[in-house]
Amino acid sequence: MRAEVNGSRETRAEARRQIEICNACRYCEGYCSVFPALMRERSFSDADIIQFANLCHNCRGCYYACQYTEPHEFALNLPKVLAEARQDSWREYAWPRPLANLFHERGVALALAVVAGIAVIIGLARLLAPTDGEGFYAYLSHGAMVAIFLPAFVLPLVAVAVSLRRYWTSIGGGTVRLSHVIAATRAAATMKDLDGGHGDGCNFEDEDRYSNGRRHAHQAVLYGFLLCFASTSVATLMHYILDMPAPYPIYSLPKLLGLLGGILLCLGTAVLALLKVKADRSLGDVRVWGGEMAFTGLVFLVAASGLLLYAATGTSLVMPLLALHLGAVLAFFLATPFSKMMHGFYRCAALVKEAATSGLRHSITDQGNRI
Amino acid sequence: MLVIGGGNAALCAAITAAEAGAQALILEGAPKAYRGGNSRHTRNFRCMHSGPLGVLTDAYGEDEYFDDLLNVTKGKTDAALARMVIRQSEECYPWMHDHGVHFQPSLSGTLSLSRTNAFFLGGGKALVNAYYRTAERLGVTVLYDAEVTHIHLDGGRIAHVDARIDGTPQRFAAKAVVAAAGGFEANIEWLTEAWGPAAANFLIRGTPYNRGAVLKDLLDQDIASVGDPTQCHAVAIDGRAPKFDGGIVTRLDCVPFSVVVNRHGERFYDEGEDVWPKRYAIWGRLVAAQPDQVAYAIIDSKSLDLFMPSVFPPVTAETLDELAEKLDLPAQKLVATITAFNAACRPGDFYPTELDGLATSGLSPEKTNWARPIAEPPFYGYALRPGVTFTYLGLKVDDGARVQGPEGPIDNLWAAGEIMAGSILGQGYLAGFGMTIGTVFGRIAGNEAAAHAR
Repeated sequence: MRAEVNGSRETRAEARRQIEICNACRYCEGYCSVFPALMRERSFSDADIIQFANLCHNCRGCYYACQYTEPHEFALNLPKVLAEARQDSWREYAWPRPLANLFHERGVALALAVVAGIAVIIGLARLLAPTDGEGFYAYLSHGAMVAIFLPAFVLPLVAVAVSLRRYWTSIGGGTVRLSHVIAATRAAATMKDLDGGHGDGCNFEDEDRYSNGRRHAHQAVLYGFLLCFASTSVATLMHYILDMPAPYPIYSLPKLLGLLGGILLCLGTAVLALLKVKADRSLGDVRVWGGEMAFTGLVFLVAASGLLLYAATGTSLVMPLLALHLGAVLAFFLATPFSKMMHGFYRCAALVKEAATSGLRHSITDQGNRI
Repeated sequence: MLVIGGGNAALCAAITAAEAGAQALILEGAPKAYRGGNSRHTRNFRCMHSGPLGVLTDAYGEDEYFDDLLNVTKGKTDAALARMVIRQSEECYPWMHDHGVHFQPSLSGTLSLSRTNAFFLGGGKALVNAYYRTAERLGVTVLYDAEVTHIHLDGGRIAHVDARIDGTPQRFAAKAVVAAAGGFEANIEWLTEAWGPAAANFLIRGTPYNRGAVLKDLLDQDIASVGDPTQCHAVAIDGRAPKFDGGIVTRLDCVPFSVVVNRHGERFYDEGEDVWPKRYAIWGRLVAAQPDQVAYAIIDSKSLDLFMPSVFPPVTAETLDELAEKLDLPAQKLVATITAFNAACRPGDFYPTELDGLATSGLSPEKTNWARPIAEPPFYGYALRPGVTFTYLGLKVDDGARVQGPEGPIDNLWAAGEIMAGSILGQGYLAGFGMTIGTVFGRIAGNEAAAHAR
């Protein structure tokens, strides 16, 4: 444990060294939010480094534009060192801390969590075998599903909230204003920090070629996730308020939202995984490559099993697919505070903080244009 | 068609030629990681425009542009060529954009340039990357680690070009050749011819691959030259910068707020003579003339936040004695110099961004602006050394970029970029103009060479 703390201290020191060089250069100002943020400072505290690290979307534009990457003796690799500092910060803010690093570095652990989730669902389905119920409820009653998924949804959210609070305090977050949240939401909704500043996208999968591939795939996942979430929310309202329990026909809001969301999730995660295979691993945190890949795979599994489950309606495959789907969802929920899923929460917090700070302070400026 | 060099001018020539139907081959002397010559370190392009153009605001006319140029070259410029470059810069902007260059409004703090200079998003290396992508898409072949050893001139035309590719000698016969291989600022021995042994202590701000081999080889064959062979553009930079390739981050803007001493702890020039953008270039020479080609800028805590952060943190001390020890300066002398300076400071208002007339009285030399006592610890020190940016000596070309031999123009040799920029920029430096010369002449050379090769 102690070695880990020292490791993150070294990572931050290295990030500081690199950022000081960036601050004397500033050519990358137009790429993303990180550079305007760092140009407002002259020296950099740990809190600054952690904030920049969580603002960075790993678009890699700055790496390929940099005059000072290896073999230059300055040896800049900002996307990598910020990815490492980001990962270290998540580990330090995670709650409960002993679970902090469970899934980031170990894809296998995530796979085992899925298997465990499936086992739990099958076990409960056997144990509590319902005597009546339509559709999925013929296999697992609505009450049993709520009993499993309500705590599996709420408890991780508590952990997420604790982690976010730790982050916010450590970077000196201050009061959150609606206008800052709106600005951050806009940046996240358009994935502005992956558009390269010029709209042609980032340098991810093919060295210095700009592409919106990753940005679009990521938005497919984001909006797919939100649609699925909306589907479940609508269904919950229909169940409790309108007294319209599932199953629903295809031309119903839960089904339409869920189908579209599921398809977007499948496509988005598949493309993200493909791009990740093509991308240069040495520009990210190599420790978590496997864990991130497993997480992408898990989201794909959740979505694909959901779609298959719908396609299999009325066949004997429903029970195994239901177990697979619900098991994967269970693992996804429970792993959220300790997996790549956290990036979304931290990123949004960092964007809110940046929106708050950018209005207040201006950068120390150059005195003119010279070489 | 052969293009010697791999920076902005070379790429513009190769792309233009490929689009005109020629089969172009680029010989880049550097490995891929260092491709692009000094274009890697650039960040903008000075562009004439009659109205708002892309990121450029307002208008910047030919005459104003030309006057700005004359102002820095003090007349050492070929007016016809210069005006041609200025006029053609306007059509370069959309061309650059169409060939992959992304522009951005002027970097924060350089708003004064939003009208005259279009900044490259990501800087010059991003531009170079975009051009290599475009060139390769157009079928241009690029050989890296391709060091040209000899351009064989025979009866007014180039017969062949010898090079070492990855160390293996190879001979290239080409119908047309474009020389765009930069200046010789990284060739310390050559600099020594003009500057004496002091040149050994110069830092080279750009690529170590600009050794001037192509330029020297051609000059040795009586190709016409232009520009002062002894002159280079040198500025005072952070003395801890790498020997080569330190680039933009090694600049130090603290001199106007400092007391600058040599290694004997003595002042030698008015640090507050004018605003820094107008004076930074002379400080390269001033420092070069000091013992061991080094000087030290001393400030106190009042001034630390008045200039752009530099790449290395300053040497810091609570007392001047301690600072002298850390900088390896004679402590007694440094303290005496600062004490005399402080005693000569006069009360008055301090305005860091304009000539405030806050001058010393009774010193030799005086400091004529921004003279405030160096008295509030902590004290900070930066070592300064001369940093060479580029050289002026180049190949003489005509308005078709054609290189001139002893008996008139060479039949199949064109030049573009720093290797011929001395034709237009004979002295001084105008921000973003080097890239303009390279782009305009690169495109001309590419077109002419392609027409010849067909």
